[in-house]
Amino acid sequence: MNSAFTGTGRLARLALRRDRVQLPVWILSTVALGAFARSALDTQYPTEADRLAVLRVAVDTPAVLMFRAAPTGTSTGEMTAFGILAFLAILAGFMSTLAVIRHTRQNEETGRAEMIGATAVGRHAGLTAALVVVVGANVVLGALIALTLVGAGEPAAGSLAAGAGVGAAGIAFAAVAAVAAQLTQSARAANGIAAAVVGASYLVRGVADAFGEVRPNGYTMTSAWPSWLSPIGWTMQMRPFAEGGNRWWVLALPLALLVVAVAAAFALAGRRDVGMGLLADRPGPGQASPALLSPLGLAWRLQRGTALGWGIAIGVFSLVLGSMANAVDDLVAENSGVTGTINDLAGGGAHAIMDAFFGAMMATIGALVAGYLVQALMRPRAEEAGTRAEPVLATATGRLTWLGGHIAVATAGAVAMLGLAAVAMALVYGLSVHDLGGQLAHLAGTAYLQLPAVLTLAGLAVALFGLVPRFAVGLTWFGFALSFVLGPYGALLGVPESLRELSPFSHTPAVPADATAAPIVVMSAIALVLGAAGLAWFRRRDLAT
Amino acid sequence: MTSAISVSALVKTFGRVRALDGLDLEVEAGEVHGFLGPNGSGKSTTIRVLLGLLRADSGAVSLLGGNPWRDAVTLHRRLAYVPGDVNLWPNLTGGEAIDLFGSLRGGLDRQRRDELIQRFQLDPSKRARTYSKGNRQKVAIVAAFASDVELYVLDEPTSGLDPLMEAAFQECVREVKGQGRTVLLSSHIFSEVEALCDRVSIIRQGRTVESGTLAQLRHLTRTSVSVETTLPITGLADLPGVHDVDATATHATFAVDTAELNNALAYLTQFDVRALSSAPPSLEELFLRHYGDELAGAVR
Ligand SMILES: Nc1ncnc2c1ncn2[C@@H]1O[C@H](COP(=O)(O)OP(=O)(O)O)[C@@H](O)[C@H]1O
Ligand SMILES: [Mg+2]
Repeated sequence: MNSAFTGTGRLARLALRRDRVQLPVWILSTVALGAFARSALDTQYPTEADRLAVLRVAVDTPAVLMFRAAPTGTSTGEMTAFGILAFLAILAGFMSTLAVIRHTRQNEETGRAEMIGATAVGRHAGLTAALVVVVGANVVLGALIALTLVGAGEPAAGSLAAGAGVGAAGIAFAAVAAVAAQLTQSARAANGIAAAVVGASYLVRGVADAFGEVRPNGYTMTSAWPSWLSPIGWTMQMRPFAEGGNRWWVLALPLALLVVAVAAAFALAGRRDVGMGLLADRPGPGQASPALLSPLGLAWRLQRGTALGWGIAIGVFSLVLGSMANAVDDLVAENSGVTGTINDLAGGGAHAIMDAFFGAMMATIGALVAGYLVQALMRPRAEEAGTRAEPVLATATGRLTWLGGHIAVATAGAVAMLGLAAVAMALVYGLSVHDLGGQLAHLAGTAYLQLPAVLTLAGLAVALFGLVPRFAVGLTWFGFALSFVLGPYGALLGVPESLRELSPFSHTPAVPADATAAPIVVMSAIALVLGAAGLAWFRRRDLAT
Repeated sequence: MTSAISVSALVKTFGRVRALDGLDLEVEAGEVHGFLGPNGSGKSTTIRVLLGLLRADSGAVSLLGGNPWRDAVTLHRRLAYVPGDVNLWPNLTGGEAIDLFGSLRGGLDRQRRDELIQRFQLDPSKRARTYSKGNRQKVAIVAAFASDVELYVLDEPTSGLDPLMEAAFQECVREVKGQGRTVLLSSHIFSEVEALCDRVSIIRQGRTVESGTLAQLRHLTRTSVSVETTLPITGLADLPGVHDVDATATHATFAVDTAELNNALAYLTQFDVRALSSAPPSLEELFLRHYGDELAGAVR
């Protein structure tokens, strides 16, 4: 065996041992989401005619195509692929990028790799071991997805194509992460690059599907060419279950990416030192600027990268949505059936179609802003666990000031992002309908309806941080995910009403015309109480590493 | 003399682990106090309680006349802390971190800051992620000594420094001591403690086992003696306080309790001493004696 790879087996076993809980949880949750979506179909759209009706509307509704996929047919298998496959590919992507970076760059950053490198282990063993583990995890994931689909009565070939498509997307993103891990010095930055690629792949796929061509039958589509640029597009291009589908040769694309990216990663790794990145650190200021020198200034400095990243993503996304609104505007005249679907997505009620469209879009923006806010509020925990909070709290900085600074920065960021979304959509759409001022006011109103629900999740994050710091990160993300599975996506997944009530997003009015004071006041109060309780608990407890 | 730190019967548990088990500690104002103990004996836990980062289960703790949990913010203006494990923000430079700590503590002396950066040969424009452990420690040390405070709480501050930097650190401690300030120095390095400290507390498994001035503690230790005589030595091993005798007829090496040293020397003169050398007791020896049985226990 080549000496550069000596010890790969041992390192792979070590990685598996470290991930013995994490990877199975990722895999099983992803498989469960797929199985759930498949079984929900039977109650939601039981007959062929139901499904045909939905697809006829969907192909004319860019927003639906953006978030689902280009439909390939009305069978339950094809409907499952239409509804959930792109989500499963995202989950496989994040599982893979996080795991690859955990076992490569993060090891280097913490100095573990240096200790390991000093033992009898080859230079490429760490990366190879990480890839072996992650590719294996994706094979297991794909196989389980295929098995559950076969178990639900779907044809074997299509089930296998669906599973293979998801697993292959995971493998493609693992390859991307392998390169990202060579570029930066910090695991956070590498994770950021890899996550941006996963997100961009989803968006590119979405735009390609939204601008796809409807086939003559009026309910299936061919995606536009950019779909071929995206690993998630490749998953959909396998067209599982479709007539003339199950295109196995598409799998060659992610595998080719794997080979090329791994070769590139090895080449890059050969050109740098352990612990260093290719994007070298430039020296910074030898003195602090006055803006940094307060608890609030520090919180902003630590959070601004996160805020900037999410801000750019939300801004671009809002511009895309604004331009799609123009297309919806054109459609309204031609097809009244669209109204029903969009109104369904927006939570019912008979509104002017554009209101309903923006309501549905702002719900998505609300989800993104909530994601940002939750991530930003994980910062204090990262500071505490990394023992960077300790020396700060040993200065004349009180605990409430310290935590309050982080909460203030994160919340201000969320408020700004909702405003940014409204401005971006209004710019594109308002200018095209020659009513910038009116649209801006209306869209800002729609956007800020999301704020109480977003703040409720923030309150949950702060309360958990105060009460159970060691579990706060996992529990908060779990609460975040649950509030969407139960809330906005609950209707699509067939979740019973009583459970859906638990999500703050179930109580969020879609458009200003629907808004009543009660849910807004109640949610704001819950957010405040949770936040205050979290602060009080944090003040009373030990710092926990 | 007033005490800067006064801890009695301090107990702190983490679940089932009893990290501090009735610990006592007295640090007088203006002294440099050494805080010694093996790994895991509870030094850092004690310091975290003193800083109000952890809450005591029971026991009385007073810091600069206040309650470290209740009055944390006002007390922290009057002290500077160097943690045992210095972790900085990877994308802040060392200079930024120094200014930040200084300013959060209530201001720092710019001139002294620049002078200390020189003294510790620190490049303040490098990002913290490129710093070694020693350089991260220097950042915390510079930030602490550039602050005008009454009390310095230092938790194994020099474990990553090279000998040159160790000397620079000792100089800093002597300077602040000369200005009448108080230092609590938790350390593993005996030469450092012997060079700097007025008094020492030794703890083991969360309890204080010895406390006093170095002179008092030396009294509890043994001096090693090597002696050559004209007449054959007899009866040495039977003397009180004499241990580990290794003797040929006219040459002997042995250890003697420092309290019994004078008696032993008086006894030896009857054999006509021709040469004698003795090694002073070291703190290290004292320390090993206290935690030697722990080592023995671990081997058993
Ligand atoms: N947060 C914690 N949770 C659980 N155990 C802890 C925690 N902090 C310290 N300990 C335990 O308390 C004991 C004392 O630790 P510490 O004060 O760090 O010792 P020292 O600084 O003297 O090496 C050790 O047994 C350690 O494992
Ligand atoms: Mg310690």
